Amino acid sequence: MPRARNEGADTWIHDEPVARLKHRRAIRWLHWINFPLLLVMIWSGLRIYWAEDVYAFGLGGWHWFSFFPDAVNEFLGLERRLARGLAFHLAFGWLFVINGLAYTVYLIASKEWRHILPDRHSVKEAGNVVLHDLHLREAPPQGRYNAAQRISYTVVLVMAAVLVLTGFAIYKPTQLHPLPLLFGGYQGARLIHFSMTIGIALFLAVHLLQVLKSGWSNFSAMVTGYEIEEPDELDRVTVGSTTETPTGEGVGA
Amino acid sequence: MSGNTPDTSDEQPMNTANTRIQFDHDRAMELRSQARSGPAIPVDEFRRSSRRSFLTGAVGIVGAGVFWRWVQTQPSDDRVPQVLRSVLESNESIWSNLAQGRTAPEYSIDQATPIEVNGTRGMDDEIDLDAWTVRVEDPGGELLDELDISFFESLPQYDMVIEHKCIEGWSSVVHWGGARFMDFHAHYADRVGEVPYVAMATPDGGYYVGWDMASILHPQTMLAMREHGEPLDQAHGAPLRLATPNKYGIKTIKRIGVIRYSHERPADFWAERGYDWHAGL
Repeated sequence: MPRARNEGADTWIHDEPVARLKHRRAIRWLHWINFPLLLVMIWSGLRIYWAEDVYAFGLGGWHWFSFFPDAVNEFLGLERRLARGLAFHLAFGWLFVINGLAYTVYLIASKEWRHILPDRHSVKEAGNVVLHDLHLREAPPQGRYNAAQRISYTVVLVMAAVLVLTGFAIYKPTQLHPLPLLFGGYQGARLIHFSMTIGIALFLAVHLLQVLKSGWSNFSAMVTGYEIEEPDELDRVTVGSTTETPTGEGVGA
Repeated sequence: MSGNTPDTSDEQPMNTANTRIQFDHDRAMELRSQARSGPAIPVDEFRRSSRRSFLTGAVGIVGAGVFWRWVQTQPSDDRVPQVLRSVLESNESIWSNLAQGRTAPEYSIDQATPIEVNGTRGMDDEIDLDAWTVRVEDPGGELLDELDISFFESLPQYDMVIEHKCIEGWSSVVHWGGARFMDFHAHYADRVGEVPYVAMATPDGGYYVGWDMASILHPQTMLAMREHGEPLDQAHGAPLRLATPNKYGIKTIKRIGVIRYSHERPADFWAERGYDWHAGL
């Protein structure tokens, strides 16, 4: 039996490992439902984009990188599938939007946003997270997520919101007029919609790599909700010195 | 701080360092309390519940796979899985009820650029424009009129500079000139009565579109005869074509040969090839 165990929900100080709730049930469901929906949306969206694939990095007539090389289109089966791409995109889009709205509402209602939204120290701490990832310094202190996670999770949420808004602007430019004007008109909305897709795809790639790097217990927390929490130095100090009044510090913080 | 005497200045760096250490400690504690704000359970209870969670996850993956397979193996309805076709039709009724009849923005004439040629179906050979007529038919297929271009020229003429949008993704601001379909329809409204659809086809029947009445009677739906003040050339559908900012270009049929009122939803060339029938913007 661990000493210094609080009754009820809070097990603030402990000298043996406990399992701490990290991701609530609704967050887990919405996260995992979003994953295949996002893949379907990107895949069907690229089939639509293929029909008029004009975007490229470059200067003037010189294209350093064109979206996308033929080999990529062929490999992903994107060619000559505009009609099917549209049908999937405009059907699954509703599920993507509903899931995203549910996630946003839940994040606000449950106050879980406080773990994700960066605060005024996050930018500096995020720099230190990057240095830590490069093995240049020790890990800065973090809450449930480190500062780099908080910033990128927030940015990707904003990108998703812009993605959906530009999507609607392209989908119904007359009926939703003047929504397209917010994004520089129909073609502006189209470019931003594409850019957000690339941004989210890059996020997804880094996210997957970080999940791989972080190991099993971090990954399984998104399935089970819980992650094992080892007691740290502060626990030992506190438990050692305040055995009689274990619930004193920090409870309810 | 204002009460500080000058001789404390040499202690300043020390204070700053202490402040920083204090801050770092407070920050670490604040974040630690955040990380530990969730409820905790004993490890053995966690092992049991996590088995359940992974089982649920496995069922979820199988369920998603079954759902995806179900969508993919649907009987196809005009080359799109049936369930997706139903969603396209639901989308149509959602948007028709939401904001039908809104007006697309119009531009100034100097913003217009020549439109590209992007479809020649139903226009295999050039036609003799002087011999061209359009057949107007009632829902029963009875010929109501066979009109030459002078009829359309006698209707009130409008100029409209709008953004023409192709379903492929490109768009261009085009300066159209011609008559509104609603003014054409005014001549037949009494004779055909309440009719929900209009079908149009090229003279050879090689290209055909269907329109719902609300869309075709929109004031921006134009029977165009001119582009940028000049008579249409044949590649752009001379002598008479549709133009609108409110549907994709696939609906703006060129070289109209037949205008037929219809009680049934008319066949549509691209809708039969997997696209949305309504194609509204």
